[in-house]
Amino acid sequence: MSQSHSLEPEQVAHLAELARIALTSQEISKLTGELGIIIESIAKVSEVATSDVPATSHPMPLTNVFRQDIPGKTLTPDEALAGAPDREGDRFKVASILGDEQ
Amino acid sequence: MNSMSNELIQLSAAKLSEKLVKKEVSALEVTKAHLDRIEEVDPAIHAFLHVSTEALKVAGEVDGARRLGAKLNPLAGVPVAIKDVLCTMDMPSTAGSKILEGWVPPYDATVVKRLRDARLVPIGKTNMDEFAMGSSTEHSAYGPTKNPWDLERIPGGSGGGSAAAVAAFEVPLALGSDTGGSIRQPAAVTGTVGMKPTYGGVSRYGAIALASSLDQVGPVARSVLDAAMLHDVIGGHDPKDSTSLNESWSSFTEAAKEGAKADSLKGLKIGVVKELGGEGFQKGVSDRFAAVCELLAATGAEIVEVSAPSFAYAIAAYYLILPAEASSNLAKFDSVRFGLRVNPPGGGTVEQVMSATREAGFGPEVKRRIILGTYALSAGYYDAYYGSAQKVRTLVQRDFQSAFGKADLLISPSAPTTAFKFGEKLEDPLAMYLNDVTTIPANLAGIPGLGLPMGLAEEDGLPTGLQVMAPAKADAKLYSFGATLEVLLKESSGELILQDSPLYPGANNASSANGGVK
Amino acid sequence: MSTNAELMDFEKAIELFEPVLGFEVHVELNTNTKMFSDAPNPASSQAESATQEPNTMITPVCLGLPGSLPVVNEQAVKFSISLGLALGCEIASSSRFARKNYFYPDLAKNYQISQYDEPIAHDGEIEVEIAGGKTFKIEIERAHMEEDAGKLTHVGGSTGRIQGADYSLVDYNRAGVPLVEIVTKIIQGTNENAPEVGKAYVATIREIVLALGISEARMERGNLRCDANVSLSPRGSGKLGTRTETKNVNSLRSVDRAVRYEIQRQAAIIAAGGTIVQETRHWHEDTGTTSPGRPKSDADDYRYFPEPDLLPVEPSASLIQELKNALPEAPAKRRSRLKADWGFSELEFQDVVNAGLLNEIEQTVQAGASPAQSRKWWMGEVSRIANAKSVDPSTLVSPKSVAEIVKLTESGELTDRLARQALEGVIAGEGTPTEVVAKRGLKVVSDDGALIAAIDEALKSQPDVLEKIKSGKIQAAGAIIGDVMKAMQGKADAARVRELILERATG
Ligand SMILES: [Mg+2]
Ligand SMILES: [Zn+2]
Repeated sequence: MSQSHSLEPEQVAHLAELARIALTSQEISKLTGELGIIIESIAKVSEVATSDVPATSHPMPLTNVFRQDIPGKTLTPDEALAGAPDREGDRFKVASILGDEQ
Repeated sequence: MNSMSNELIQLSAAKLSEKLVKKEVSALEVTKAHLDRIEEVDPAIHAFLHVSTEALKVAGEVDGARRLGAKLNPLAGVPVAIKDVLCTMDMPSTAGSKILEGWVPPYDATVVKRLRDARLVPIGKTNMDEFAMGSSTEHSAYGPTKNPWDLERIPGGSGGGSAAAVAAFEVPLALGSDTGGSIRQPAAVTGTVGMKPTYGGVSRYGAIALASSLDQVGPVARSVLDAAMLHDVIGGHDPKDSTSLNESWSSFTEAAKEGAKADSLKGLKIGVVKELGGEGFQKGVSDRFAAVCELLAATGAEIVEVSAPSFAYAIAAYYLILPAEASSNLAKFDSVRFGLRVNPPGGGTVEQVMSATREAGFGPEVKRRIILGTYALSAGYYDAYYGSAQKVRTLVQRDFQSAFGKADLLISPSAPTTAFKFGEKLEDPLAMYLNDVTTIPANLAGIPGLGLPMGLAEEDGLPTGLQVMAPAKADAKLYSFGATLEVLLKESSGELILQDSPLYPGANNASSANGGVK
Repeated sequence: MSTNAELMDFEKAIELFEPVLGFEVHVELNTNTKMFSDAPNPASSQAESATQEPNTMITPVCLGLPGSLPVVNEQAVKFSISLGLALGCEIASSSRFARKNYFYPDLAKNYQISQYDEPIAHDGEIEVEIAGGKTFKIEIERAHMEEDAGKLTHVGGSTGRIQGADYSLVDYNRAGVPLVEIVTKIIQGTNENAPEVGKAYVATIREIVLALGISEARMERGNLRCDANVSLSPRGSGKLGTRTETKNVNSLRSVDRAVRYEIQRQAAIIAAGGTIVQETRHWHEDTGTTSPGRPKSDADDYRYFPEPDLLPVEPSASLIQELKNALPEAPAKRRSRLKADWGFSELEFQDVVNAGLLNEIEQTVQAGASPAQSRKWWMGEVSRIANAKSVDPSTLVSPKSVAEIVKLTESGELTDRLARQALEGVIAGEGTPTEVVAKRGLKVVSDDGALIAAIDEALKSQPDVLEKIKSGKIQAAGAIIGDVMKAMQGKADAARVRELILERATG
């Protein structure tokens, strides 16, 4: 895949939306510059990543690591909700949701 | 501070262990001495984000158990500091971030649980770059930690708090975490010892994740033996971490003790990685490294040069894999279940609350990496960036494999420079990233790396560090070799380098941590 | 919510367009613990989800607390492989988990651990049968393992729906429940049978998971959830149309209705020169309509990547063989066996299959009821009430309760009329049939004294009938039986009443 490594502020704004960070416009323009430079320098990975090289996602090649189907200790609702910014009863309370369920 | 306290805080964990076992000193006295030391020097160093209010109580319980003749771990009663990236039920765990300010987890990290089971005394939580993103602790939301050697310089990062706490004799042992050098690089710039174990050698359960496939928890200490003893306590299989290795590890303590007794390195092949030195390395660092090589050769080791061409791509791969994994790992900080919540003016939907919270709660470096990682994973870029980086990872592993075909161990400087000054690289992220050039390959390959002091750089009198790497699961070899080298270096320079430190307890030049240095 | 969409007549729509279907069915596995955590599983056979208090079945892993890590439930993997095999799929020699990244408050980590490019099972095929015995082959693209999300409750506003709510509450009990998502390939050639094929497909999946014993499969509880993809291809065009995905069609009858509705809605739009928007749509059980949800957009950039906290799953050939050997018989085979065992006529049996009540009747028979009576109750009274309530019959009452009712009538303890009242009580949640009988006092009156009093009263009021009986016209007793049963409010055994009438009249 080939593409230019330069980044546009609109792209950074879109990425920030995907990442749920309400960046200010100053941040967006600063990041656009910084990330442009960083991406320029890290894009070189594709130079050596030829199709004959397999990808490694885990440093140690383990497989089939499983757990027995036996229930363990659970949190109490109070333990679970102790750090919650807001709660109602034993549920976590959040502002209303704009989007649809996934 | 009295002389008894001064003596106690100078002691290694191994020495403290001996005295505790012989009941020459109590855990309460040891803990008190270190708490006093923290009170004295930490306002200047700022290694701690939180000091335990339970430490004396825990120490007293250990003394009680010992009086009753309980069979205790050798390190029982020895104080230990815990990097703030690790979950502790009795202390806030913030990972250096404002988004987790005051958060007390409802569970202990496995390594913390193991410390408690072995009855070490958790003394506090150490400072770090926010979510372990950084090489200087300048990215901590709670202000930087100062290097005990020079308060105007960085202590390394992300685990600068643990390294500085140990270097400033605030605690003999600490836990760190190493994703791309966060144990080894701080060790280098503070003149301490730090080990990044084989990936999977130590549980990650309860370690607030930065990059899951790279993170590894490890010991921080002032001697190789101390690090080995702590590693014995925290290491081993944990069924709660799927990537934990189901191995029976031999005693690292024994390996270090054997190593210290060895009087020769005859027959050992030591590889010098060509790509991890030379251009871009500070002269004082390169000189010390050359001196170590000579010393090793003089003691019978065979020094061979090895080449790892794909290391040239390691930083690039690392700065794709890390942000990608981090962007996903840090998505959970959304103001719903724990941590900060910031409501936008006039309220807003949950999406807006999440975005406002993450805007306010994350520092600039965290945002930079989340955006970078989001980019690397997004549709249309995955293959070129994340996919390619995973392939580079394969190449790096292959280079290590071939290098270990020629040498038993590999060495390099732990960091290209000595401690730099605050602010020097803060506005140049790329320069900051390049700082990890030497340490990153071991994380990508999952192999163990030990960082230990190799003397002071001539031009600035600051510590330099040596990194030793072994094949995966050969962690014991590093302790054994490290302990031998430690003895050799001590013999050649006469002293442990920390005794040159301005903060050496009782030293004339340690009159005040606030202004006494440089 | 109602929409005023124009609908085209169904037959007309099928004349003009070929419906193209696709289904995504999520099956909640009934393992003891969750997919990646040792928290108890609310969808397990033990858990009584009706009484679960919020946030009581969770660990740090379910909450996505910082530092927590997932570990795969071996049983869930085995169940998934069994399901894959039962769907005729190939089991991948190596499969792995991936993270699907999107922010939503019910998704604790803000990524779902799922499978992406390497699912555990792929390329299968099952046969489904509709009324009249017509069969259709449904090709399965993949079946993959993943975790469920928590549950949101929307508070405030008028509807309790997401739109207009003041705030929402989150319960993470369901977060991490093991799921298998079964995705079909596109289904063509169903024509006017499209709605029934959809329903039969989901019913067959339900039959399979119940036979495997890997899910409670109660659709009303969300153990089995269906997303229906529908598009229309203008006849003769050879082109596929734009599809919509109707989410959470969670009963068998709704699958039929939702597919039918989308066909009619889309046909009307296209015929009027409009275009179909690629979007998700919501199903409204009450009105039988769908309404637009989220349009597909680049916000759907889920940034999948291999889950670094988990390792590849590589089932051995011997494990796969072992699970294959343990598979229950295929649905088609099972159907012909049951038909023979039960002695139903072709029509009777087809009706049962179409109603999706095969499992219920089988379990009722297993619980000791006769096949004929089991069929009578499920297809009769239970279905009638279900229809009136617009729910699936299986959601109303358990096979065990139906069997108990059948047995009570067969032993003469309940009359048919009393049995219907007992069923009503069971459905109303008053307890088991025996408990309802006790609470409501439904026992047949077997005290001859009370019966005799009522008989004498009836005979006295109708002397002409008494004469007829006396003169040997025994069938005239029917009028007296009616009176007596009325007087006893049905709580009498009609056979005994008849005996006593003859005794009193002739004695
Ligand atoms: Mg889906
Ligand atoms: Zn799904």
